[in-house]
Amino acid sequence: MATSKEFFYRRLHSLLGVIPVGVFLIQHLVVNHFATKGPEAFNQASHFMENLPFRYALEVFIIFLPILFHAIYGLYIAFTAKNNVNRYGYFRNWMFTLQRVSGVVTLVFIAWHVWETRIQAFFGAEVNYDMMANILDHPAMLAFYIVGVLSTVFHFANGLWTFGVSWGLTVTPRSQRISTYVTLGIFIALSLISIRTIFAFV
Amino acid sequence: MSEHKMISFIITRQDTADSTPYEEEFEVPYRPNMNVISALMEIRRNPVNKKGEKTTPIAWDMNCLEEVCGACSMYINGKPRQSCTALVDKLEQPIRLAPMSTFPVVRDLQVNRNRMFDSLKRVKAWVPIDGTYDLGPGPRMPERKRQWAYELSKCMTCGVCLEACPNVNSKSDFIGPAPLSQVRLFNAHPTGAMHKAERLDAIMGDGGLTNCGNSQNCVQSCPKGIPLTTSIAALNREATFQSFRNFFGSDQA
Ligand code: HEM
Ligand code: SF4
Ligand code: FES
Repeated sequence: MATSKEFFYRRLHSLLGVIPVGVFLIQHLVVNHFATKGPEAFNQASHFMENLPFRYALEVFIIFLPILFHAIYGLYIAFTAKNNVNRYGYFRNWMFTLQRVSGVVTLVFIAWHVWETRIQAFFGAEVNYDMMANILDHPAMLAFYIVGVLSTVFHFANGLWTFGVSWGLTVTPRSQRISTYVTLGIFIALSLISIRTIFAFV
Repeated sequence: MSEHKMISFIITRQDTADSTPYEEEFEVPYRPNMNVISALMEIRRNPVNKKGEKTTPIAWDMNCLEEVCGACSMYINGKPRQSCTALVDKLEQPIRLAPMSTFPVVRDLQVNRNRMFDSLKRVKAWVPIDGTYDLGPGPRMPERKRQWAYELSKCMTCGVCLEACPNVNSKSDFIGPAPLSQVRLFNAHPTGAMHKAERLDAIMGDGGLTNCGNSQNCVQSCPKGIPLTTSIAALNREATFQSFRNFFGSDQA
């Protein structure tokens, strides 16, 4: 008997969240961190990324299509849940709900962020330090970026935890507890990196 | 012992499967060591509500009266649990009773748990040994394995874990934690293991294993303390390998 499509799509969704989307997220946050070294360093780094060979293929197959699939199927998953933290206020149930809420927030944020940067670049704008500094000049935009980035980082870090269970890497309660601490560490580290980057533009 | 002490109840009632639920209040004379079922029996004996109006007796399910059949599950003060082991002395009053919401209500506190029994059939939660001749004794089970498998065998299909699961609802066809854990139980059995692939394939079908989103409410709620999330994670691992075997073919049976 062949396995069902649902199993395949769900596992694909899980895999894509980490590889390549999660890997891209880390790369993106790390490269942007050059902003803390000044506008020159940031522009140089973003220029280097722009001029990677096979840029369009990389963008389409490593970033756009995987995020698109993960986001659309993720929305479907998020809205088939009947969240019940009011009745069952356990830690993991909160994480379950936040994973879904942060997914939706992340989707809104990514859509806006891509519109403001990558799509504008397509229309001829130059993506550089000044562009980001202009965007983050508005206090509301600054707040939106902080919320959006923290939401994305939370979603990724907690997603790594569920990934471990979804593929049967962390089976026992003890391994799952250790995984909670490790992914919490990843959340804190990535949050620090991205908040420092955001404030390098202000 | 005071003869006038009364216990108050607020009970969610529903006359037929499709009618609108409503609440009715009752007062029942206190007796020492009462459980919720004995109070319901008292109301059945004298179906008069708090306002003094005559009403219909309340319908509920029960069987073993010792928390092994699972039939008497309901919401008691906001928590799904068995009414036979819910002692009145340990409950805050008024005691609120309501039917579990994941299952269709038959009447009052009585729900239809068929979806769980259908799932058990779907995942082949048994060891097939019937045949035309005696197969002899099966292989022995290591003691350590027997110990954890015994814990899984305590499931009484009460439905509390499905009730607590945010992914078991009318929008999804997720079979829920209990039938999944039974797959781990029967796959652990030395003779049952001969049908391991069939059971794994069944839970890799629609509404199966991958619908788990790790809220882990089930393991917190199971009255039998069954390690449901360990079962699910272990099955996830098995399913990962099974999917490779299904796709690439395998040197194993
Ligand atoms: C930067 C973008 C994103 C990254 C890095 C990311 C990463 C992840 C990861 C690693 C997982 C864990 C997979 C698993 O449980 O096995 C996950 C799960 C999930 N993601 Fe995303 N994701 C992103 C965007 C989104 C978006 C835009 C949505 C849309 C709502 C979304 C919805 C979900 C949902 C609902 C789950 C839970 C799936 C489950 O529990 O089975 N994600 N994500
Ligand atoms: S696993 Fe526990 S909560 Fe779920 S049906 Fe069995 S006994 Fe009830
Ligand atoms: S009557 Fe059997 S569990 Fe309560």
